[in-house]
Amino acid sequence: MTSPTPGLARAGGAPIGAPTKITQGSQTKGGVGESTLRPDGTLKVTGEFAYSSDMWHEDMLWGQILRSTVAHAEIVSIDTSEALATPGVYAVLTYDDLPTGVRHYGLEIQDTPVLAHGKVRHHGEPVAVVAADHPETARRAAAKIRVEYRELPVITDEASATAPDAVLVHEHRTDHHMAHVPHPNVLHRQPIVRGDVTAARERADVIVRGEYTFGMQDQAFLGPESGLAVPEEDGGVHLYIATQWLHSDLRQIAPVLGLPPEKVRMTLAGVGGAFGGREDLSMQIHACLLALRTGKPVKIVYNRFESFFGHVHRHPAKLYYEHGATRDGKLTHVKCRIVLDGGAYASASPAVVGNASSLGVGPYVVDDVDIEAIALYTNNPPCGAMRGFGAVQACFAYEAQMDKVAKELGLDPVEFRQLNAMEQGTLMPTGQRVDSPAPVAELLRRVKAMPMPPERQWESSEGADVRQLPGGLSNTTHGEGVVRGVGYAVGIKNVGFSEGFDDYSTARVRLEAVAGEPVATVHTAMAEVGQGGVTVHAQIARTELGVGQVNIHPANTEVGSAGSTSASRQTYVTGGAVKNACEIVREKVLELGRRRFGAHHPAWATAELLLEGGKVVTDGGEVLADLVDVLGDEAVEVEEEWRHRPTEPFDPRTGQGDGHVQYSFAAHRAVVEVDTELGLVKVIELACAQDVGKALNPLSVLGQIQGGTTQGLGVAVMEEIVVDPKTAKVKNPSFTDYLIPTILDTPTIPVDVLELADTHAPYGLRGIGEAPTLSSTPAVLAAIRDATGLDLNRTPVRPEHLTGTA
Amino acid sequence: MDFLRPASWEEALAAKAAHPTAVPIAGGTDVMVEINFDHRRPEYLLDLNRVGDLYEWEVGEDSVRLGASVPYTRIMENLRAELPGLAIASHTVASPQIRNRGGVGGNLGTASPAGDAHPALLAAGAEVEAVSVRGSRRIPIDDFYTGVKRNALAPDELIRSVHIKKAEGPQQFSKVGTRNAMVIAVCAFGLALHPETRTVRTGIGSAAPTPVRARAAEEFLNAALDEGGFWENGKIITPSVAKQFADLCAAACNPIDDVRGTANYRRHAVGVMARRTLTWTWESYRGARHASHPKGGAA
Repeated sequence: MTSPTPGLARAGGAPIGAPTKITQGSQTKGGVGESTLRPDGTLKVTGEFAYSSDMWHEDMLWGQILRSTVAHAEIVSIDTSEALATPGVYAVLTYDDLPTGVRHYGLEIQDTPVLAHGKVRHHGEPVAVVAADHPETARRAAAKIRVEYRELPVITDEASATAPDAVLVHEHRTDHHMAHVPHPNVLHRQPIVRGDVTAARERADVIVRGEYTFGMQDQAFLGPESGLAVPEEDGGVHLYIATQWLHSDLRQIAPVLGLPPEKVRMTLAGVGGAFGGREDLSMQIHACLLALRTGKPVKIVYNRFESFFGHVHRHPAKLYYEHGATRDGKLTHVKCRIVLDGGAYASASPAVVGNASSLGVGPYVVDDVDIEAIALYTNNPPCGAMRGFGAVQACFAYEAQMDKVAKELGLDPVEFRQLNAMEQGTLMPTGQRVDSPAPVAELLRRVKAMPMPPERQWESSEGADVRQLPGGLSNTTHGEGVVRGVGYAVGIKNVGFSEGFDDYSTARVRLEAVAGEPVATVHTAMAEVGQGGVTVHAQIARTELGVGQVNIHPANTEVGSAGSTSASRQTYVTGGAVKNACEIVREKVLELGRRRFGAHHPAWATAELLLEGGKVVTDGGEVLADLVDVLGDEAVEVEEEWRHRPTEPFDPRTGQGDGHVQYSFAAHRAVVEVDTELGLVKVIELACAQDVGKALNPLSVLGQIQGGTTQGLGVAVMEEIVVDPKTAKVKNPSFTDYLIPTILDTPTIPVDVLELADTHAPYGLRGIGEAPTLSSTPAVLAAIRDATGLDLNRTPVRPEHLTGTA
Repeated sequence: MDFLRPASWEEALAAKAAHPTAVPIAGGTDVMVEINFDHRRPEYLLDLNRVGDLYEWEVGEDSVRLGASVPYTRIMENLRAELPGLAIASHTVASPQIRNRGGVGGNLGTASPAGDAHPALLAAGAEVEAVSVRGSRRIPIDDFYTGVKRNALAPDELIRSVHIKKAEGPQQFSKVGTRNAMVIAVCAFGLALHPETRTVRTGIGSAAPTPVRARAAEEFLNAALDEGGFWENGKIITPSVAKQFADLCAAACNPIDDVRGTANYRRHAVGVMARRTLTWTWESYRGARHASHPKGGAA
């Protein structure tokens, strides 16, 4: 392997493609509330941005993982001799080669073996790793490892998991959920009980029951898992990695390597999307192990096929709901049971259960609730975090129920929702009072009020424009069989980590004069996965410090944790930490100014002082000094942790507790056209109204809402990982058969943004990334039901479901 | 894996004769996917990209000689009048980038039942020009597909071109996929009217082990159109005839359940596409008749 650009990579230095400082900004523009452009936007659009898979280092080796070909089996033997004898191979490692007694990892429960030990529990589980001087050599060597399996029966659903004689997926569980689960193949169970459902049921004039199925969605991020581990002279390792949370990775990696955390340095490499799929470790430990074993840098890049096995997916779910309502349209009670398939390892399943249960009735006022959510251990692919995180599955089901109850009562579905909509002050099923704006009825009113897209847009003077029709370019209809339908949905998502988790972020902010200009540097460990944190952090620094030039330091573990880029939390929490650090820096700068110039002007002591346009000004607008003069040769730097309000765990029996930090709401109206004969769907429009508290960057807000909406559309009509129920093997691990929406599948997405401040949050903002993913799916399903009259109870909807040919 | 790069057609034939296991590659639409997924690791790849002749097409008196590597984009842009069915099918192939690279030779070489060109070639009537150092022969498209991803080529033969009858009447192509673009066929259907011979031909994709014609449906429709004098009088085809035709097309399928769709759905969808494409082509035929005989009586 020779470098295409020899001489650029320095032995011992940073690899090619490692991130560098991003500088952006002009003198006074680009603060909070402006649509400043992404600093990495042009690079990404022009293909010049270095993603983690683009990194290169002199002398580097390539790692390859051997994965199980069966879902559930005892490992009888592993023979690596032939692989080791392959020329160009530097190392082959199995479980027995792991350097310490810590051989498992996990986000909450350390149940995932670094390499399979005696048993594999899902299709595609890592069994061995190879390092070689060429990726193809590594791949071939891995194929020469002989693994003998003795297959075990597969656990694939609730019935097979909880059968009296069921094989246990984990034989020796010791985790803290064990005490309260009904069966060892149930990972976690969270009941939430408030009021008296039995009594409330007596008051109900109508009762509607439904069973729903949610398919397994994949994050389908475009940049596959990849990273580069470089051994260091002190015996440590430097890992350049695409991840969602550097410090969480570090906490799991270091003990397995037998290194103290300070000897595992981590730098965020270019991330090509995440959506929850990079919360868990993938190749991190494997690359580090191989680098430490061989003494050479090791790069691992999954291909698309491997990526489907390399990260957790969205939990498929079965949901059982009972809604009651009075004749005048008031909900009496909700009783529901949500069964999430967690697959072979715990990942984030317990927290997903917490969300699914606590948000299980949706954004409605219901005093009498009886909710149960469980996650199963099965031999299906492990499932964990994905945008929406448990709230998505519930929203699909409760919104279908809301339509059914409305129909039963003869009420308009939007009016019925508005009649029961929660608002500020409403009690959640957990007993938590919603203490910031919850404009659920207003969001519904707004999407309903948007103008409808014109009918029959496919008609043109030259005949039918098939791009506007179901089937699109495949030319299946010129209007025949096409029926329009309209559907509505609204959802509720929590923001930030819940249930008592210490969900803090750290920011280091430095202000100094460089070449006669004041320059701020923001250093956090926040993973930029596309959400736009790098844009927003610079905006915050400009607003708080009144400077134009802001450097965003590469994210690494030289600074404290920024928490996860998930749960719609980064602008809130790391943004909050940056704001907080800037405020402290500002105070220090003003202190410096008072020391240096206080004697020159009384306003230094008496007035409210601000930093604006590179100057210290009074609240009256009088300029007291240039920042550059105040700073002189000094750099003011602080690193501070910042926390949002604490939360509480949910009671294990009643589910009561102030478990969430903040709630986020979005509503959708879907307009679809369905070819009712062929069962093909064209989503014409997905109008969204969302309360964002405060749009720190309106353009980014729009992008998040449109992206979330599209991801919700995907799981409504096409996206599903299909697992064979007989073998628990994945049947479609490719973009040929796991379909995600193309631009021709993506409708017009008009967005109405509401900004009702949450006074508890920085700038009044509300986390926004996930809420639109919730309501998009049920809105599309409702519209398809409206068009076809069918009682659709699963997602994604496939043509065979719409044509009676399943 | 050795990479053979012949500079001319003669060199390509010699290379194929010397290495009969060599896998020809032009656009790489199928071959590269198979290699990347490690489904296939051929001893030799035979790169045809330097054989310029394969990118040429020639419109003759009765037929088009279409070089095996002529990209789908070219077919869409340049042969819409001569090969309307194939032009529509070409537009459904993958993405613009792939349509710029892939050609009909690859579809035929792979002979996957899901290849988008097959139904159009079956319906139009085509012959595959297979050439080896031993000589050249033309294989009728009806005899070309011999099994799942198998074709009638001998190990030393390469596809040089396809000879496709120029359209003398309307042609249509429909394909069902579960996405509105860039999707592999769940099933597909091609239909061509041949007014000169008073016949219709069909092609079904992804609904049997090989691409197939719905022969019983064709025979039924040929007879029904003939008996009613439809070709002459241009009458609207009755719903019952269209339905019978659609049912026979569905019956010609021998599909499987797989991750892309159920067998039942494929049968059903082929029926719907057969009825719709018959309507579209027949309406077009009637319209053209009207236009060419403005005073003629469509009774």
